[in-house]
Amino acid sequence: MKIAVASGKGGTGKTTIAVNLALSMQEIQLFDCDVEEPNANLFLQYPLEKLEDAIILIPEINEDACTHCNACAEFCKFNALASLPEKILFFPSLCHGCGGCKLVCPEDAIVEKRRSIGIVESAASNTMDFYQGTLSIGESMASPLIRQLKTHAKDEDVILDAPPGTACPLISTLENVDYCVLVAEPTPFGLHDLRLTTEVTKELKIPTGVIINRESGGYKEIEIFCQSQDIPILLRIPYDRRIAELYSRGIPFVEEMPEWKKKFQEMHDQIREVVC
Amino acid sequence: MKQLAVISGKGGTGKTTIAAAFVSLAKKAIIADCDVDASNMHLVLKPEILKKHDFYALPTASIEPTLCMKCNLCRESCRFGAIEENFTVEGYRCEGCGVCEYVCPVNAIKMQIEKAGEAYESGTRFGPMAHAKLGIGEEASGKLVTMVRELAIRMAEEDDSDLIIIDGPPGTGCSVIATLTGADAAFVVTEPTISGIHDLGRVLEVASHFRIPAFVCINKSDLNEANVRKIEEKCDLCGATVVGKLPFDKTPTEAMIEGKTVVEYASNTFSSNIKQIWNTIKEEAGL
Repeated sequence: MKIAVASGKGGTGKTTIAVNLALSMQEIQLFDCDVEEPNANLFLQYPLEKLEDAIILIPEINEDACTHCNACAEFCKFNALASLPEKILFFPSLCHGCGGCKLVCPEDAIVEKRRSIGIVESAASNTMDFYQGTLSIGESMASPLIRQLKTHAKDEDVILDAPPGTACPLISTLENVDYCVLVAEPTPFGLHDLRLTTEVTKELKIPTGVIINRESGGYKEIEIFCQSQDIPILLRIPYDRRIAELYSRGIPFVEEMPEWKKKFQEMHDQIREVVC
Repeated sequence: MKQLAVISGKGGTGKTTIAAAFVSLAKKAIIADCDVDASNMHLVLKPEILKKHDFYALPTASIEPTLCMKCNLCRESCRFGAIEENFTVEGYRCEGCGVCEYVCPVNAIKMQIEKAGEAYESGTRFGPMAHAKLGIGEEASGKLVTMVRELAIRMAEEDDSDLIIIDGPPGTGCSVIATLTGADAAFVVTEPTISGIHDLGRVLEVASHFRIPAFVCINKSDLNEANVRKIEEKCDLCGATVVGKLPFDKTPTEAMIEGKTVVEYASNTFSSNIKQIWNTIKEEAGL
């Protein structure tokens, strides 16, 4: 069973939930899919081992064979190639690696070479296999890295810490997951982000539940929204300075407050009933 | 005209709260909400939309089933796994590269442009605002960010305004790069947590990669003094200037629930700190 933990917005406690949930389980794989800002291991402190580079294929132009016919630059939808009378310019950071330029070149002047856009790392503990991807600084192609990262997921229990937003990186994370846990803060910002993210999970037809984080009473609109959408509230985590301080020091709160492990396990069981 | 981009690396650090407060303090600034994935600025500034512009992302492939002979060439050629076994296109995966259209021997594939979102020119109680909404799960948020910034620049010219305040998205990827490109200064909101420090490092690297001077504000600074010192050291090392600190305080949440900026909501220590930070950044960044 694959569970993604998402939130629309950053800073709602997504990574906290994913890490604490994973630490409450036995034999689980945890994936940090927030490749722009992988944070889960800041709380786990596992010694990471590099598994592989995340690769896309980019063109290399053989200037001797190139006749500057412009076919490649005309074909490229991403403006990664520009043709000058005497030279072809290539902008690697714009290239999506589709291979179209090589296909259309009438002179066979293009070969493809591998370009690393980031790395995939992993670590193992007694109870958990942990994987993370890190996009190199200045790179914009998060989705291929997330897909490559996810190829390491087995059929057993998997938790995916999703990136923020509702765009391509989130969709790549949510592909083929069985359940999505949305973390929401009880504020107007939190409600707005929750609305957007539930639209995504609805469109992808992924069963969804909500964790209310930093609950302090007062703002009830999250509950009202969930009720109206028939989305279950799986767990409530109070606004608690102790949790905030543990978080600031990088300590998963289930380690200092073990009573929460049981709550996370129960939540996992509850999700399993829905999925299976 | 100067452009100040408010970014944070990590989400939830108080970026929008502070950007909105700056907007209420600035005289004659144009507001650009570039967090197009999950914009929140409009919840505080309540813009009245004056003009709408359709946003078109890259086209998506579409296969005409009556023409398709199921030769599989498109599936073999697509690097993004966007074509299903039954020869339909999974729109989320299609990058719009056009390779399938090119290889199809019977011209059964067309690239179709669809609306992927909207950008708006609006008015607020603090002045003109450019913002946008990206369709759910749509790609090319970087492109939409660029569109919002172009709108803001045009609005600034029309309004004879010399400052644009940009509320940026979290992270360091595609849309953050589009937010920072060509900005005059980056205002980075961080918090003294270990993930805050980690993401600050990455976002400062991005700013320096694009040679944009960075100014840092530490929010919730009384939560962890040791981490505050680590942030100050990191900023020193990266050539970023710490321009202020804000306490762990309920004012932002209360103001948000009221739909006001913190400066409008309360005249307490928190909002006077923000005013001070605004004056410092104006001077330091020459805005």
